[in-house]
Amino acid sequence: MANLGSLEAELRAKRDAGKKLLVPYITGGLEGWLEAIRAAAANGADAIEIGIPFSDPVMDGPIIQLASQKALDAGATPMSILNDLRRVDVSIPLAVMCYYNTIHNAGHERFANALAEAGVCAAIVPDLPLEESGPWCKAADAAGIETVMLAAPTAPDERLPRILDRVRGFVYAVGLLGVTGERDELASTALLLARRLKQLTSIPILIGVGVSNAEQAAEAVTVADGVVQGASVMRRLLEDGPDAVGEYVAEVRAAIDRVPVAKG
Amino acid sequence: MLQDPGVSGRFGEFGGRFVPETLVPACQELEVAFRDAWADPSFRSELDNLLREYAGRPSIITECHNLGKQLGIRLLLKREDLNHTGSHKINSVLGQVLLAKRMGKKRIVAETGAGQHGVAAATAAALLGLQCKVYMGEVDVQRQALNVFRMKLLGAEVVPAMSGSRTLKDAVNEAMRDWVATVETTYYALGSVMGPHPYPFMVRTFQSVIGDEAFAQCRDVLDGKDPDVVTACVGGGSNAIGIFSGFVDTKARLVGVEPAGGAAVGRGVPGVVHGMRSYLMQDEHGQVQEAHSISAGLDYPGVGPEHSYLASIGRAEYPSVTDAEVIEGFQLLAKTEGIIPALECAHVVAWISREAKNMQGQTVLMNLSGRGDKDVAQMMEILG
Repeated sequence: MANLGSLEAELRAKRDAGKKLLVPYITGGLEGWLEAIRAAAANGADAIEIGIPFSDPVMDGPIIQLASQKALDAGATPMSILNDLRRVDVSIPLAVMCYYNTIHNAGHERFANALAEAGVCAAIVPDLPLEESGPWCKAADAAGIETVMLAAPTAPDERLPRILDRVRGFVYAVGLLGVTGERDELASTALLLARRLKQLTSIPILIGVGVSNAEQAAEAVTVADGVVQGASVMRRLLEDGPDAVGEYVAEVRAAIDRVPVAKG
Repeated sequence: MLQDPGVSGRFGEFGGRFVPETLVPACQELEVAFRDAWADPSFRSELDNLLREYAGRPSIITECHNLGKQLGIRLLLKREDLNHTGSHKINSVLGQVLLAKRMGKKRIVAETGAGQHGVAAATAAALLGLQCKVYMGEVDVQRQALNVFRMKLLGAEVVPAMSGSRTLKDAVNEAMRDWVATVETTYYALGSVMGPHPYPFMVRTFQSVIGDEAFAQCRDVLDGKDPDVVTACVGGGSNAIGIFSGFVDTKARLVGVEPAGGAAVGRGVPGVVHGMRSYLMQDEHGQVQEAHSISAGLDYPGVGPEHSYLASIGRAEYPSVTDAEVIEGFQLLAKTEGIIPALECAHVVAWISREAKNMQGQTVLMNLSGRGDKDVAQMMEILG
């Protein structure tokens, strides 16, 4: 595979070596966020998703809404977050999660270049579906930014291959019908979707949205290659600070490492 | 004729479908279902019957002789305030709830600002036997307590939106979050010509009954002529697009009046929120700004994409008026014509009275999209 972006190359290499993948999400600009990134990296995260806070986060539930609002109230802007990220010398890949208006407002090329200059590998844009993604993907590809596409349980069979054609980095399998937030159980839709994707692609499949604790993460990786965890990480950062994030990431790391690699 | 935005849902460079992946198939299904229903004579006849026998259509045209004389213009009102539930919102909601039933949905969610769309949605859901949940900004729950109680009487659940500015923008966010979680069983009855494709197109199509009727009524009243000016208030812009749709091919000036504190076309730049690319009030970093208007129904930082398009090609213009002018306009129509307008429509009265000096002798058709009963308590506080 030539010309893989660094996020995809890293995740594929680890997955192919039999490792499960863990990507914690951290809202940029919130008090303690840089320390939380370092703590997550030191405790076994394979990559980190940095949320750029937005005034109207329609894919997010109460915890990430609260984190976003606090970050905005503290004066965070997309460019202040990217500037701060330059100072984070962790050795794992960084991706950003941002709503499309953040990109649209900055300009596609300018934003893609700003990500690259800040050392970010990839972007996840939850309100930019395949049909609208052309102009951004063109700019992102040109700047070497990998655009992670989302796949949802509602996608008909004919839609998934078209999404997978456009995926870079990894495919973000939306675990349930709903917004980000902690749930009592892993939704049955999560493993069903991961199985459907497995039949179609060799790119790493990570389940996110509704993977709420170490136990659920372990269940998710019985089928998927890994997990993205947002609300459960952010609740700890909001309530107990960066050290609690590190402890939690270590706990999830241990739980998913105990899951045997699926055959075939 | 206003154009069909096609499968990409574009009005020029505006519109589109910027929604979470989870909702894309639902929006696609909705577009197919809507086009299919609109082409089906039995659906159209069922809707026409409801509009006639339940909503009370056609709405009449009233000539304002007193205010017209005072201002030196000929002033006609399209009386959407006389519809069942008191506004134009019923036109779209009856269409959408019939469509929801046809699609086999059991439940609808809606957002509301002033409560007029929420009341209309609750009404249609009660009539057609669907569950209804309405999201309403917590600020609006306070200032429109009467409409909250009306919705509850009609059997709907009203949920205050507590995030952000706690107004219409945040109610839309909450309704979209609900829909992301319940999309398989739930129909999202959006209240205006906004949101992802096909909503701007579909809601405009349902509201075009206003313009179709008004065009024919004006030809009758004006001896075969068209009005010189056609005007309506614009928040999301559904009542305005409804009446504009009948006159876009005439020589009439089309004027959408925005609130000064929520002037998306007047003060915004193109942006993307709530599923659409349109003019949007936002800061230099792309954060959506909070609107500030005396009228809950217009307290919205965006605008329907077709209005952005009409503004960009110069076919319609979008001036704004201040809250103080609106308070004057509210009282002016009441005192001169015995008609208490919704605060939203008082924006249009305010613009007409301000601009009348430049329209002497002209005929102005105003869409009176809602009645002011809901605003009386708020005005009582303001006017003491």
